[in-house]
Amino acid sequence: MAALVIAEHDNVTLNDATRAAVTAAIQIGGEVHVLVGGENCASVVQQAAKLTGVSKVLHADAPVLNRKLAEAMETVVLSVADGYQALLTPATASGKNFMPRIAARLDVMQISDITAVESADVFVRPIYAGNAMMTVKSSDAKKVITVRPTTFAKTGDEGAAGIETIDVPAPAVAARFVSEELSRSDRPELASAKIVISGGRGMGNSENFALLERVADKLNAAVGASRAAVDAGFAPNDYQVGQTGKVVAPELYIAVGISGAIQHLAGMKDSRIIVAINKDADAPIFSVADYGLVTDLFQAIPEFETELDKIGY
Amino acid sequence: MKILVPVKRAVDYNVKVRVRPDQTGVDLVNVKMSMNPFCEIAVEEAIRLKEKGAASEIVVVSIGPAQAQETIRTALAMGADRGVHVTADVTVEPLAVAKILKGVAEAESPELIILGKQAIDDDSNATGQMLAALMGLPQATFASAIEKTEAGVNVTREIDGGLQTLSMPTPAIITTDLRLNEPRYASLPNIMKAKRKPIDARTPDEFGVDITPRLDVLKVTAPPKRDAGVKVDSVADLVGRLKNEAGVL
Ligand SMILES: Cc1cc2nc3c(=O)[nH]c(=O)nc-3n(C[C@H](O)[C@H](O)[C@H](O)COP(=O)(O)OP(=O)(O)OC[C@H]3O[C@@H](n4cnc5c(N)ncnc54)[C@H](O)[C@@H]3O)c2cc1C
Repeated sequence: MAALVIAEHDNVTLNDATRAAVTAAIQIGGEVHVLVGGENCASVVQQAAKLTGVSKVLHADAPVLNRKLAEAMETVVLSVADGYQALLTPATASGKNFMPRIAARLDVMQISDITAVESADVFVRPIYAGNAMMTVKSSDAKKVITVRPTTFAKTGDEGAAGIETIDVPAPAVAARFVSEELSRSDRPELASAKIVISGGRGMGNSENFALLERVADKLNAAVGASRAAVDAGFAPNDYQVGQTGKVVAPELYIAVGISGAIQHLAGMKDSRIIVAINKDADAPIFSVADYGLVTDLFQAIPEFETELDKIGY
Repeated sequence: MKILVPVKRAVDYNVKVRVRPDQTGVDLVNVKMSMNPFCEIAVEEAIRLKEKGAASEIVVVSIGPAQAQETIRTALAMGADRGVHVTADVTVEPLAVAKILKGVAEAESPELIILGKQAIDDDSNATGQMLAALMGLPQATFASAIEKTEAGVNVTREIDGGLQTLSMPTPAIITTDLRLNEPRYASLPNIMKAKRKPIDARTPDEFGVDITPRLDVLKVTAPPKRDAGVKVDSVADLVGRLKNEAGVL
């Protein structure tokens, strides 16, 4: 039997999170196929066909799949689900949105946000904001899984999969797309950036966030935020790192004016190197930081920029 | 318009849970429990829709042990009208919860069902979507704004790149995100009043739902511990170490 990975993409580019889900599928065993559902998404299909370890790409192309809305994704995935023992997709906002619908229709309990595959039916997933790791054995005949992208290696580009076009049935019910307001940025994507610099309530206001953006531009880093900073309007919602925001694990995570609540730590504690800049020496963020600097951020950040200049940034 | 709001009793968000030494779960003895924060946001939103005149009745439902009634009372004290308590003394997985909620919804015929996007204990983020699929209804997850329209509802959602707005006919299912609203505290008079609001007692069997878990928990362990590193003296020291020691610059 085979596993099917449902690709994350924007109709033009295959999102790297898909590569992590393919790695998880390979670990489950058997053939791995990828479903690319979208509108005018042929370029994504070409990219998916090159993924190492993938033997077939299913191409579902129709206007109803343009935004990968949950009802349409449910219908198209169910139309091919019979042939698979496992269905996987990255635990992105989009994957979290449509995947449980598919699980419910298959009468399967979804295994959310897995961080390890122990065998074809045993998986590890975080609970309680990552304060505990739960190992579960699924008794369902089919597995429906979302995959935490940061904990699996990203499969490469050495594949040459065959491509099959599939029909796109119309969903029985559907929400209608009205509009989208996307934050435009030339910086790398938060979820996959090598360096992330995040600001918290200590930033004070949205203008001050520009201090972090300047550093980010020098380092080719993404900018993140705590919930408090997003709630206060200092940064857009998609910057939120944490239990209920994005999970990141960059090479370097710099937390500026962030206290380190468990909900925030849940989203960044797997980063390789953590730096904390906070004027409160007792802030819990220091308990996970490799390098801590107890100081006023408004002094430290401009200085940080100057020091970066000195070493050639 | 009737609104159904499912609520879950969960560990309070301020509690840092510890794994039990026998690895069977986390230690919940004498730990503070509260309404799951995302469920609170769902209750608040329903009340606001009622205050605006867009809703006429709010029914809250909770599936869980006897203490789940306290969670229902909290919602009633905030302003919901009546409760349904489905007794279950074991852990009920999102799939079974969704099946029970479908039974409740078929009996109540709400126009909107508003749920929290995730429970902060098991972090599954699945119940609302599963309920929508089982009922064959449209959904809007991770809502940061809800507007009742003549024909249905418009919902703005928090997605990976920003915000997305969807429009759908009712009945529909919405799950809440953090920015939807800030839940109110119940006033003392409202807490007293809530004591007299009715709570209907039901069982999973009455809805014909088998709540046997599909996921067998083999073990629960602590995550790898991360130790505190060093405090550096200056920004220059920090940058030097990031470059020479850590090799990340
Ligand atoms: C259901 C739920 C879900 C949540 N999900 C998330 C989530 O996903 N992500 C998340 O981040 N949070 C989340 N939270 C919120 C979390 O509990 C904290 O409230 C939040 O992380 C705090 O943000 P903060 O550290 O920016 O603010 P604070 O805790 O207020 O900390 C601000 C810090 O800035 C420092 N500071 C202030 N001024 C300066 C200065 N001039 N120089 C240096 N330092 C300074 C202070 O010393 C302090 O440590 C969630 C909460 C709930 C209830």
